[in-house]
Amino acid sequence: MDLNLTSEEMQFRDELRSWLAAHVPADWAERREESLESRFEYLRAWQRKLFEGGWAGVSWPKQYGGCGANLMQQVIFWQEMALASAPPMANTLGLGLIGPTIIAFGTEAQKTRYLAKILSAEEIWCQGFSEPNAGSDLASLQTEARRDGNFYVVNGQKTWNSYGWIADWCELVVRTDPNVPKHKGLTVLLVDMKSQGISVRPLRQITGESEFAEVSFRDVRVPIENVVGNVNQGWDVAIGTLMHERGTFGAGLQITFRRNMERLIELAAGFERNGRSAAQDPLIRQKLAQCYGEIEVMRWNQMRAFSRINATGVPGPEGSIQKIFWSELNQRLQQVAQELLGPFGQLAGSSEHSIDKGIWAYGYLRSRGNTIEAGTSEIQRNIIGHFVLGLPRSY
Amino acid sequence: MQFGLNESQEILKQNARQFFAGECPMTHVRHLAESKQPYDPALWSKMAAQGYTGIIFPEKYDGLGLGKVELILLLEEAGRALLPGPFWSTVAVAGAVIDAVASDAQKTKYLARICRGEARSTLALVEAGAAWDLADASLVAANGRLTGEKLFVLDADVADFIVVAAPSGVFLVEAQAPGLSVTPMPALDLTRHLYAVQFKDTPAEKLGEGANLTRALNIATAALVAEMVGGMQRVLDLTVDYAKMRKQFGKPIGTFQAVQHQCADMYLETESSRSAAYYAAWALEHDAPDAATATSIAKMYASDACRAVGNRGIQIHGGNGFAWENDLHLYYRRAKASETMLGDATFHRERIARLVIDPVSASCGGNDRSSR
Repeated sequence: MDLNLTSEEMQFRDELRSWLAAHVPADWAERREESLESRFEYLRAWQRKLFEGGWAGVSWPKQYGGCGANLMQQVIFWQEMALASAPPMANTLGLGLIGPTIIAFGTEAQKTRYLAKILSAEEIWCQGFSEPNAGSDLASLQTEARRDGNFYVVNGQKTWNSYGWIADWCELVVRTDPNVPKHKGLTVLLVDMKSQGISVRPLRQITGESEFAEVSFRDVRVPIENVVGNVNQGWDVAIGTLMHERGTFGAGLQITFRRNMERLIELAAGFERNGRSAAQDPLIRQKLAQCYGEIEVMRWNQMRAFSRINATGVPGPEGSIQKIFWSELNQRLQQVAQELLGPFGQLAGSSEHSIDKGIWAYGYLRSRGNTIEAGTSEIQRNIIGHFVLGLPRSY
Repeated sequence: MQFGLNESQEILKQNARQFFAGECPMTHVRHLAESKQPYDPALWSKMAAQGYTGIIFPEKYDGLGLGKVELILLLEEAGRALLPGPFWSTVAVAGAVIDAVASDAQKTKYLARICRGEARSTLALVEAGAAWDLADASLVAANGRLTGEKLFVLDADVADFIVVAAPSGVFLVEAQAPGLSVTPMPALDLTRHLYAVQFKDTPAEKLGEGANLTRALNIATAALVAEMVGGMQRVLDLTVDYAKMRKQFGKPIGTFQAVQHQCADMYLETESSRSAAYYAAWALEHDAPDAATATSIAKMYASDACRAVGNRGIQIHGGNGFAWENDLHLYYRRAKASETMLGDATFHRERIARLVIDPVSASCGGNDRSSR
């Protein structure tokens, strides 16, 4: 056990840290309150800058234009991005999920055609996985693709597509054989979002913004060379994509939580409770200390998990505890913030009385989705029950 | 960065698991508990032969000279086996305190006996105010003699000498010293016993100042958390086995999500406590700046987690879990005792607040709420 960075890791960190210090845009703090739509070109330009600096596609092999970072370097990358308060990258899904899927399952032609433009943010990607009637039970999805000569003809409806409103391309899971068990008739297609027959409707969410979209497909023609992996073996490709969802990105999230925590501790000194500083109120102290401790436990859990993946080479189902831990922790943290801020916690940034431009009101609502997105807490507990503890399948 | 065990640590842990499984099976634990024997001297000698009683102490005192990570791996396995008796209090508490505060001559005299398995010991810390940090201690030490009472002293009746924390320093009292009386405080844990210890003008040898006591107590706390983790792991294993075997409505109850999700939570709580125990041990070994905070976080988290794991385990076992002949209650009792020992979650949250909130409040007073 050695929890210090190796000299190699330190060198990577220092190089990245000085690059970020020189390149992270200074006006991000003001622009982060803007709507996703209005700041999208800004995020695209930021990713372009990272790409030109050689830092986009941190986990991707060098031969595909990536950074070729090993697992610990990826962890450091996300930590440093968070520490530098860097904006997110425009093509989050392309870089994190879809590019790695194409690298793992795609043809050489597909790699040549798509990967470089993912890295440069020239083409933005979304995922077409969930449907109105297929969420946690993804394999029951109904969007169908019928073979017609050198094309598949796609009909159906997808929902909760992050970046669906801006995406140029979509990694789409469709049913190509309705006559076999549900996991065995699926195929993954790469679909041009400008194809005829696609209509996109932004999905307004609880926070008022539209991170997601609904996408419907009516007789959309997709060339057969756009199949990723083998026909009717799309489940393996889709699961491969989802495994990347529980990658190293959480290392940055931990830093973000820690910063929120530090800010709450600062704020506690400026609020009163029972005639004294809230920072001296025994109950508030208990709650802040609990959150502070859990954010540290999150870090130690991650460090252990990353070390295990590093040793074994594969992210195991134990990763499900990370997802449960951070999502439920963030909800508790946001609730503690609300208790500390009292009536001020609900104020939007447009109120002259708001705290921190309304981020706590937004954070409270946004965190509600944490236990749903990227696999609900219930599904994560099923994964632990069945795949880690060996209990019988419950469904 | 590598947060995993190295090969020799892995071997130590596996050996300890096999050792306790062979030498201290549950039948033996039950036998000791039901016959009210505080510990098994023959088992103690075998543990000493393995080097366990001197694991973290320097070789010049006949110890093994290993680190805090090795200590917690050993305690984790002892906790899994529900090892009865004064191992934790002798090695991880009294031994760690002597090592931290005493002179070379005193270590040769006392610590070496612990290392060789010749002596058992414990720490007398808490008084009637039940504070775990000497804040309310009133034991009087004058002219080499102690007068007063300490409570909740583990294993005091088998201690060959008792280490005593007083406001004016750390002392050592031999078991035969005049004016020393040890009275049982019957409590929940049937495998590790508590005592009230009275001192009436009792001769005592001063070991050193209290300044280094905190660091030794942090080592003891991390070791206790590790022991709790071992207990949690055992309860989880027993419960998962039961959920696979016990059938209702024609299928194993582990099929039902109401049961399965509780098992998943037990796994999460156990693994998270383990991460915290390992990190705290590493931080203490390397005197990391966050070592004290990490230790309190570990005890905070594990104190709540071990209670939750025990509750879920018994709930899933249904009536069988409530039965005397089931082993679960022995773990459940130890878990409750350990939850309180050296401060429960509430105590450690306040300690964390002092470490991480107070320095910030002191420096930023009436800050501007909108200046993020």
